[in-house]
Amino acid sequence: MMPTDTETTLIGRGTREAGRLIRDWFGSLDVAAARGEQAAYVFVMGSMAEVLRAFDLHVVFPEINSLQTAVRRVAHEYLGAAEDYGYSPDICGYVKADVAVQLRGGEHPMGHIPRPALAVLTNACNTYIKWAEFWERMYHTPVVTIDVPGSRTAHGGALPGSPQFESDRRYVEGQIRELIAKCEEVTGKRLDIDRLVDVMRLTNEMSAAWKRVLELNRATPAPFGAVVDGTGYLGVLNALRGTEAGAAYFRDLVEELEYKVAHGIGALADERHRLVFVGVPCYPIFRRFHELFADRGGAFVTSSYLWFAAGGLDLGIEYDLTRPIESLAEGVLLGVRHAIDSMLFQDGALIRAIDSFGADGVVYHPVKSCRTVSTGLADSRRVVMQERDVACLYLESDMMDRRVVSEAQLKNRIDAFFEGLESRRIRTAGAPASAATAPVGA
Amino acid sequence: MTETLTTSRDVADDLLEGWRGRPLAEVLRLCRDLLEDTDFPTVRRWRERGGKVLGHFQVYFPEEIAHAAGMLPVKVRGGPVEMRLADSHFGSYLCSILRSSLELALSGKLQLDMFVSHPICDAARNLTGVWSRNFEYPAQILYLPQNANSTYAAGYLRDEYARVRHDVEGVTGRWVSDDDLRHSIGVFNENRRLMRELYAIKRETPWLLGVDEAYTLVAVGPLLPREEHNELLTEVIPLIRARNARKQDKIRVVFEGGFCEQPPLDLLSVIAQLCYVVDDDLLIGLRWIESDVQDARDPLIGLAEAYLERSSYSPVQHDVRKPKERMLLQRIRASGAEAAIIAAAKMCEPGLDEQVAYSKALDEAHVPYFVTEFEERMSGFDQLQIQLETFVENILFD
Repeated sequence: MMPTDTETTLIGRGTREAGRLIRDWFGSLDVAAARGEQAAYVFVMGSMAEVLRAFDLHVVFPEINSLQTAVRRVAHEYLGAAEDYGYSPDICGYVKADVAVQLRGGEHPMGHIPRPALAVLTNACNTYIKWAEFWERMYHTPVVTIDVPGSRTAHGGALPGSPQFESDRRYVEGQIRELIAKCEEVTGKRLDIDRLVDVMRLTNEMSAAWKRVLELNRATPAPFGAVVDGTGYLGVLNALRGTEAGAAYFRDLVEELEYKVAHGIGALADERHRLVFVGVPCYPIFRRFHELFADRGGAFVTSSYLWFAAGGLDLGIEYDLTRPIESLAEGVLLGVRHAIDSMLFQDGALIRAIDSFGADGVVYHPVKSCRTVSTGLADSRRVVMQERDVACLYLESDMMDRRVVSEAQLKNRIDAFFEGLESRRIRTAGAPASAATAPVGA
Repeated sequence: MTETLTTSRDVADDLLEGWRGRPLAEVLRLCRDLLEDTDFPTVRRWRERGGKVLGHFQVYFPEEIAHAAGMLPVKVRGGPVEMRLADSHFGSYLCSILRSSLELALSGKLQLDMFVSHPICDAARNLTGVWSRNFEYPAQILYLPQNANSTYAAGYLRDEYARVRHDVEGVTGRWVSDDDLRHSIGVFNENRRLMRELYAIKRETPWLLGVDEAYTLVAVGPLLPREEHNELLTEVIPLIRARNARKQDKIRVVFEGGFCEQPPLDLLSVIAQLCYVVDDDLLIGLRWIESDVQDARDPLIGLAEAYLERSSYSPVQHDVRKPKERMLLQRIRASGAEAAIIAAAKMCEPGLDEQVAYSKALDEAHVPYFVTEFEERMSGFDQLQIQLETFVENILFD
């Protein structure tokens, strides 16, 4: 059947537009670099974009610049330059790629980035802190760390209204006020509270849409691939957080995905297995990694990356615009804490995802470069396998360094994983009905 | 607050038996045996006597809070053990201390009643999750402030310490009063004073105390009630000062890189044969607070203020007032060192990151340095010895 005009324009629009918006955004940074305009270097887990945009600072995401070098298959040039400078092969590849970008005067595969007038980071990743020290040393960049206490135990964080939550919120709010003062000092402008509220309103729209986007993939077949498509959407979510263009993009994306769900159009033509992805994508073979699964009918229906790398926006947090600073502090605390939990205490969330997305397999992808995300995965997998009767695949590689990515080995293991999934399906189909719907742990 | 709390205990209370009244060499041997015993005999004895144990992972923990509740605060710092159980819980790209710490706990060699870790690095911040999934006793993260420069940090940290105090009370069933805390702060102030004295000996008369010996005496602290450690140090310090040792033609160095995973004692012995280590960051968490915690109306504020304002430095804390490379140069100058050994544990990102900054700063300052990596389980040191000898000779005969 021929696609309708609506389908031709609508389907795939989110992915096409994400590419265009990201190219335009890099173009704007290129212009900013040429003009010497002020930029803040930030990170995806707690970018503080709302405050920075209120001061009209460009936001530069070194993580996104770094992953672009891997996707465009030139990461080895950057990693090599940083290692020649003195960095160990055992250090995060994102950091090393950025070191090389800075040593090249801001040049990277998508253009140039401006120098940092300010660096803003959270403690969601310790490497953020070490990374910013490099800019501090190289450029004497003022660094503001927004320290966000995460959940103290595996049982989750303190609830709003509790004394501990209030203590944590007060701490975060104080630091946001200090960040505002630093922005005023760096830019020479006073905070325009109305502008801040405007940006927060746009983030609210994006946040609600992001939650909806993730929920829509519970449909069978799943309308988007959580690893490739989802990462493209995530790029817009972070790079254009709190902008009109970002909010419009997500309105359109929800429209597209709702249409696909309503018409039973999946990301894969033949979705045979629904998989949860855990970890950071394998950027050196980004599309190929997806194909190794897609070719066997494996659809990634959700990914922990879309939770933590969204800085907590998957919670659908809505700022109270009548008390912007206080509400921003609450949002940052809840969002960043959720991002941290999604890395450190993710087994509960994975079990819920398996249930709500109807997943029959979990793919763990620990990477050498990121120990925050990777260290607990082997242990967490043991719990998930005890709690749910799902197939699990544990693949170690990297998000940047092709020296530790062996495609042949990955393929062997992925093929074996699918053979296991297929035989599991046959066994389940042949089992009595009561066994086919056996409860947890059966 | 400065009262000396080293004389009120009975010999029968000792967890480390047989050290009183012995010659220095024998005390050192006993301490080394204790340190190398991965069955943690003193911790076991403490538990057999009905005591509770709080295990805290590197780097810093306010041990006073656990002490005030009557617990034995034990530093969880891995050890040279064979991995039988822990390896299946972790992936490949990880430092050894995380694996060996879990191995000690899973194997039952180190039995705890509560575990606390800190987000010191990307890997270690996962430990509480791992512990929660594998042990019945409570495990938690103490979020020490990563924004040491915020004016809000001290108040936040005070509240965080109050939370830990509450959780410790839950484990021990014992209410911890401010006076209990003041008493414990006094014990630990004395402990830190004695360790400063030990380090002064190393700095001023390094021929009297090798880095391996000083390390041993410090490292047994968190395996003993701190009162007993105070008594031990009080007894051995005069013995060290009275040692009949002659100054040798060795270079004076600072050892940097021992803030978390610990180098094997044999590695330190190799260094001690070739150099006078006049200062270091070995187990810096025990010496993090550099002067007495002040007697505040609220003792938790006193502890928080000391952590932030009167403290050392390490690769796992960012403080704009304490750029690490500048602090290292200060340590080198203050100790009269002429060179540095810049070490990092294998796969330790903060340590490896810092090696870059340290190297560049030392180049600029024209301070010779020796860069190396280590692992707690390494056993062959011939190669390292040859390299270090060459480094030392280059300086001696320059």
